Amino acid sequence: MKNIKVLGSGCANCRNTIRLIEEVAAANGAQIMLEKVEDLQQIMTYGIMATPGVVVDGTVVHAGGMPARSKVESWF
Amino acid sequence: MSSTPPSTPSFQPSSPRLGRWAATILVAAAAWVAAYTHLTDFADVFVGLLGLARGTHAAEAVHFFIYDTPKVLLLLVAVVFIMGVVHTFFTPERTRSLLAGHAAIFNYLLAALLGAVTPFCSCSAVPLFIGFLSAGVPLGITLTFLIAAPMIDQIAVVMLAAMFGWKIAALYFAFGIVVAMLAGLILTRMKLERHLEDWVLNIQRGAAATNISQTRPSWPDRFDAAWASVKEIVGRVWPYVMVGIAIGAGIHGYVPAEFMAQIMGKEAWWAVPASVGIGVPMYTNTAGVIPIVEALYGKGAAMGTLLAFMMSVVALSLPEMIILRKALKLKLIAIYVSIVATGIILVGYIFNLIL
Repeated sequence: MKNIKVLGSGCANCRNTIRLIEEVAAANGAQIMLEKVEDLQQIMTYGIMATPGVVVDGTVVHAGGMPARSKVESWF
Repeated sequence: MSSTPPSTPSFQPSSPRLGRWAATILVAAAAWVAAYTHLTDFADVFVGLLGLARGTHAAEAVHFFIYDTPKVLLLLVAVVFIMGVVHTFFTPERTRSLLAGHAAIFNYLLAALLGAVTPFCSCSAVPLFIGFLSAGVPLGITLTFLIAAPMIDQIAVVMLAAMFGWKIAALYFAFGIVVAMLAGLILTRMKLERHLEDWVLNIQRGAAATNISQTRPSWPDRFDAAWASVKEIVGRVWPYVMVGIAIGAGIHGYVPAEFMAQIMGKEAWWAVPASVGIGVPMYTNTAGVIPIVEALYGKGAAMGTLLAFMMSVVALSLPEMIILRKALKLKLIAIYVSIVATGIILVGYIFNLIL
């Protein structure tokens, strides 16, 4: 079970990122716990400079723009 | 799409993705040039097919719309794609490390130039702002960067060049840089750190920013990213563009010639601040404003007044202010807006004076 957090203040790219992660996880049959972090103060504690950011099991793996599908697949 | 890579020696045959991209770009560029050079013919034929007599209000409005829609969309796709490739060379992390630590005048120039080429959307303004400050980029330089980013819009530069010539585009670019630099310098003098929200100051003291390990993207990766931004940006922007062109078409067809000369001409001194006043609360994007600017210019409006209008629409937007409000106290936002608005008004007057 992977814990995945998507950091972003609710812009279109953040929502698309969440959808993409759900899609790829379902396609790979991976069990995930997806969490949306929308609070800016909390987002900033991860030290990212561009949203959306993605945190997998506590490590920041992506920041800024939609991640490529291949990149998302590499997380599972 | 056929995928035979061209046998040019500069491309490695071992990379079929690169070959595919090279072939696609060549074909797309040829089609682009062919379409772009036949815009007038296309509009002429279309208006003829509708049976409209040239010179009537309706025919001129339709002609403007049919001519401008493919033109603006073609320019938009080309600029967004090319800038999408350029953007892959400038990540926010890289820009930050270039700007950290120094407050020399050169760094204000650098911040303004980087603001023009570093990609970020307005929803990232706060993380970027704090990320810069926490790495030791001075507040004035950070603000210069944040002002330059929306004001020196690459789409605006290219569209101005296409509609009015490269001189006006170059002046727009140069003035955008100067306004951003001056605004940052003035804001630094005012010692505004106390107007940051408290939680921002706390992060500033504490955090060492995370650095995600970033591998250098390959050329096909860069093209993939550029194409993704074309789909994202053009998909979001096109309704604004259509509305802008429709308004422009209405102005072009139905507003009497030279009508705008009285309201927005050089002699009307109050036109520049009035245009900025109207522009600030408007929220659209450059590609949507340019057709309106083009039509108004055709009716005798002065270039400086129009540029001031365009810059205020693009650079100062209410949604961005609301996002920035989370990190800046109201007073700092008010100072920021008034300095930028003053700069834009000055640019408008200077343009009207020299053109």
